[in-house]
Amino acid sequence: MIINSRFFNRSELIGFVTLAILLFLILPLALDVFRLNLVAKYLTYAFVAIGLVLCWGYGGILSLGQGVFFGLGGYCMAMYLKLEASSVENTKIQSTPGIPDFMDWNQITQLPLFWKPFHSFPLTVLAILLVPAFFSFIIGAAMFKRRVGGVYFAIITQAIAAILTILIVGQQGYTGGINGITDLRTLHGWDIRTDHAKFILYFVEVVLLFGCIVTAQFIRLTKLGRILVAMREQEDRVRFSGYSVANFKIFAFCAAAVFAAIGGALFTLEVGFMSPSFVGIVPSIEMVIYTAVGGRMSIFGAVYGTLLVNFAKTALSESFPQLWLFGLGALFIAVVLAFPNGLAGIWQDHVQPRIDRLLASRAKKAGSGWADNSVADGAPAE
Amino acid sequence: MLGDYSIGDLGSILAMQGFAGLILFSVYVLMALGLAIIFGQMGVINMAHGEFMILGAYVTWMTATVVETYVPSLFSGYFFLAMALAFVASGSLGMLVEWALIRHLYRRPLDTLLATWGLSLILQQAYRSIFGAREVGVELPQWMLGSKQITDTIEVPINGIFVMCLTVLITCAVAYIMYLSRWGRQVRAVVQNRVMAGAVGINTEKVDRYTFGLGCGIAGIAGSAFTMIGSTGPTAGQLYIVDTFLVVVFGGAASLLGTIASAFTISQAQSTMEFFMSGSMAKVLTLLAIVAILMMRPQGLFALKVRK
Amino acid sequence: MSDEIKRGLKSPLRRKLLAGMAAIPALSLLPRPTLADVPATSAVNTTGLAVTDTEVTVGILHSVTGTMAISETGSVEAEKLAIEQINAMGGVLGRKIKFIQEDGASDWPTFAEKAKKLLVNDKCASVMGCWTSASRKAVLPVFEQYNGMLYYPTFYEGLEQSKNVIYTGQEATQQIIAGLDWVNKTKGAKTFYLLGSDYIWPRTSNKIARKHIEGHLKEAKVVGEEYFPLGSTQFNSVINKIKLTKPDVIYAIIVGGSNVAFYKQLKAAGIDLSKQTLLTISVTEDEIDGIGGENIAGAYACMKYFQSLDNANNKAFVPAFKKMWGEKTVIGDVTQAAYLGPWLWKLTVEKAGSFDIDKVAAASPGVEFKGAPEGYVRVHENHHLWSKTRVGRAKLDGQYELIYETADLVEPDPFPKGYQ
Repeated sequence: MIINSRFFNRSELIGFVTLAILLFLILPLALDVFRLNLVAKYLTYAFVAIGLVLCWGYGGILSLGQGVFFGLGGYCMAMYLKLEASSVENTKIQSTPGIPDFMDWNQITQLPLFWKPFHSFPLTVLAILLVPAFFSFIIGAAMFKRRVGGVYFAIITQAIAAILTILIVGQQGYTGGINGITDLRTLHGWDIRTDHAKFILYFVEVVLLFGCIVTAQFIRLTKLGRILVAMREQEDRVRFSGYSVANFKIFAFCAAAVFAAIGGALFTLEVGFMSPSFVGIVPSIEMVIYTAVGGRMSIFGAVYGTLLVNFAKTALSESFPQLWLFGLGALFIAVVLAFPNGLAGIWQDHVQPRIDRLLASRAKKAGSGWADNSVADGAPAE
Repeated sequence: MLGDYSIGDLGSILAMQGFAGLILFSVYVLMALGLAIIFGQMGVINMAHGEFMILGAYVTWMTATVVETYVPSLFSGYFFLAMALAFVASGSLGMLVEWALIRHLYRRPLDTLLATWGLSLILQQAYRSIFGAREVGVELPQWMLGSKQITDTIEVPINGIFVMCLTVLITCAVAYIMYLSRWGRQVRAVVQNRVMAGAVGINTEKVDRYTFGLGCGIAGIAGSAFTMIGSTGPTAGQLYIVDTFLVVVFGGAASLLGTIASAFTISQAQSTMEFFMSGSMAKVLTLLAIVAILMMRPQGLFALKVRK
Repeated sequence: MSDEIKRGLKSPLRRKLLAGMAAIPALSLLPRPTLADVPATSAVNTTGLAVTDTEVTVGILHSVTGTMAISETGSVEAEKLAIEQINAMGGVLGRKIKFIQEDGASDWPTFAEKAKKLLVNDKCASVMGCWTSASRKAVLPVFEQYNGMLYYPTFYEGLEQSKNVIYTGQEATQQIIAGLDWVNKTKGAKTFYLLGSDYIWPRTSNKIARKHIEGHLKEAKVVGEEYFPLGSTQFNSVINKIKLTKPDVIYAIIVGGSNVAFYKQLKAAGIDLSKQTLLTISVTEDEIDGIGGENIAGAYACMKYFQSLDNANNKAFVPAFKKMWGEKTVIGDVTQAAYLGPWLWKLTVEKAGSFDIDKVAAASPGVEFKGAPEGYVRVHENHHLWSKTRVGRAKLDGQYELIYETADLVEPDPFPKGYQ
């Protein structure tokens, strides 16, 4: 099923190793725990960005509501952690001990039914993966089977993000409302707020991130990936060739949703709370810009783009808070107008050829038949 | 709840509620008209539409302040001047944006989405820097305040009547321009077949620019009208965006009639539901209903063909 | 400060600094007349806060950008004014206050992140900050984990109490109960229509209001209760319902941009607030700026502070504020509560004789501030403030006219029994 003979071609392998070195070695050594935790937060957005590379870059489906799935995964994890933090011991001053504090303030006396499964970690993990997949499947099936795509789809995803936000904020007894679910403390008894825990969580997250990268790469390289690209370019021809375009789109959208949910769950673990402010329209669009900046066709680009934009945000908003929004707006426009393939595009078009020329000229000097391979490998990946 | 009222009262309730629905309908039409022109005719999604509306609102505020300070005798009529200025200001900004940004992106609708979102961020911050982060209060002339008594129990707000008349006026003007004027024919020609339209001598770039400017100008007038019923602040535009888009998409974006029909449906549904349940639930149900209907009929109410 | 310095402070450099600071007591043996009456740093700061012989660092954490910037600007201005005045008087324990301002950007995780930075990196001795409950809930675990001190100015729903927070705004029962009693007694109000924006503060407040109306006011009842999503702008339906139900009192807790729409539409619908009583707990002078005095004149608001209060402290405060921030600025309840923050902190530190958070927290109950523009406040054991509750009537010029003021200070009760 894998078309290419290699899982990663040479330039991608270099990219993979560089990213691994950066995330596993350089950043942990260079940054203190506080900043490392910030990087961990940014990397949770990278999960969403990778998903968007699959469904937008390759599938041509722009979803402006990824916050919905990010939030679903995040809330599942938050519910689990909150139940653990609301043990009868911890909550003895409440009128009803053993339930989360916000339920108590809303005079709820019994844990609602849909909260009960989140006492168990395996069920929570299952929920994080399955609930977003289920919702994205329904949305995707309803939309793609009827050939709704492009701009219409994007706006509908926005409406869904808006609906979910209103629902969460209004049902404060069940969801914590606008404050979200806060004050999360331990995971299986392990305190996640200590510096030590954050350090370990960072590495867990990076491992999961590479897992997602490999999965995304796998999807890309199978026949599915080829069809996604074909669909993006000439959907009707793919349909005429006998493929069910809708099914492939649904799959890409569901994959993106699951990635986003994993990111959301990790976000809750890293930051210690989850609120509806990550579910709405504005954060969903920001997640798209990370992908756009990194290069919507490049999985590694998505990670770099996320890190870059978020670093810029923290740096600028500390020193020039007024300028930050101008900068972000200009970034959107610049990426769309001048750099449609983002950082990865810049890399492919300007940096990579130079490196290849360098390597080719060196190989020629070395006099081996290596030169042929390097030129072939230097061809830009799709 | 309904049992507490007499038949006469019920009649008044229905009348006033119907009127509230009509006001809401006018508001939606005003908001959506500018966007419908741009999206329906040009396939461009302008996420900064709310900010163009707010520009109109700020222009109105500035006009009010200037007139109040220098020519107080004209204050009662300033609103018409303000709306004209709002149209000009938003329209000009629209044309500038089209020239600088949109014309490069006509074949890439998803990208215009992102680019105009970036524009909306820039405009929001610009408003914050120029006018301050706080909301500004626009003072209305005396004759626009209060409500008119129609019968003993039925009262209708004057600004509601004003908004409705304005909407009718603008809709007729737009319909005239689009379907009866020469320029409107040019616009429709460009939409149907850009290459051929250019071949027969239509200056497609100019047509695009003026259409975009018209759409934004109408947004400016809408924003100006909304100073009567809503707030004016840097982020106020965000309050209208989702509703506006849904009205346009639900209506099918291929025709102005679709936009009007969709605005009517959504506004009546929402105001009726609001009467019987809380505002939040009504909003959620309305949105869910729209999304559900769109999922079943994604081309909207009046589409001629499926749009991508 | 560059990244290197920040990182450096964590390693050998920091140890040297601490070692150096340990030598400071020895310096006090040397004859130094100018610093003789200033307590030694090592005595007042035993937990490594950013305190030197001449300066103490305090954090300001509010939203300067984003939707909340509209509201939080006033708090920032008040805090800066207070700090400037304190510094002009010699500072706190002889040390001038240096503030580090961070932007929460109306984004709760950013608030948490910046709070952590202020406490862990900058080692602020206290932080004046937050406005929405969401932002406070996001930073609360940070303050409790890193043992910081937050002065929180907004009136809110209560249901919270922390060693690491001093709540300088009123909590719900203080704001609500006295106002309802007043309107019931003076206006004979029996029927109430409750309105609110759809999130925790209005819902919790209306719950308390309903319990009080139905449980404690004679023959009173709630005839309607409605909520609207944040940011909604269409209120004609509920206004029609109000017209038909004709309640004695409209009890409105509408927030943010919706406020402007609501009052404008109310006025346009012909509801005359000089005849229909409307009581609100969410409209301060800042909000009236956006709503327009003519749209809300005649409404009553229940706050602890109005810009028009006639006492000596306020008569000095308002001109000083206007001088620093402009003649046209208005001062609402939250702005004044923010002003109380640095002053209460200064008084508490002087009472405790130390900047250490634990000592400040222990010394807080009982601290009185007689110079408060609202008159007088005192810190309660639950870290809220004893304060009077007042009812004001909105005027055309955007100011409130004081109508009623409780005779005594109202005790804060964030966990009211029988109202939950």
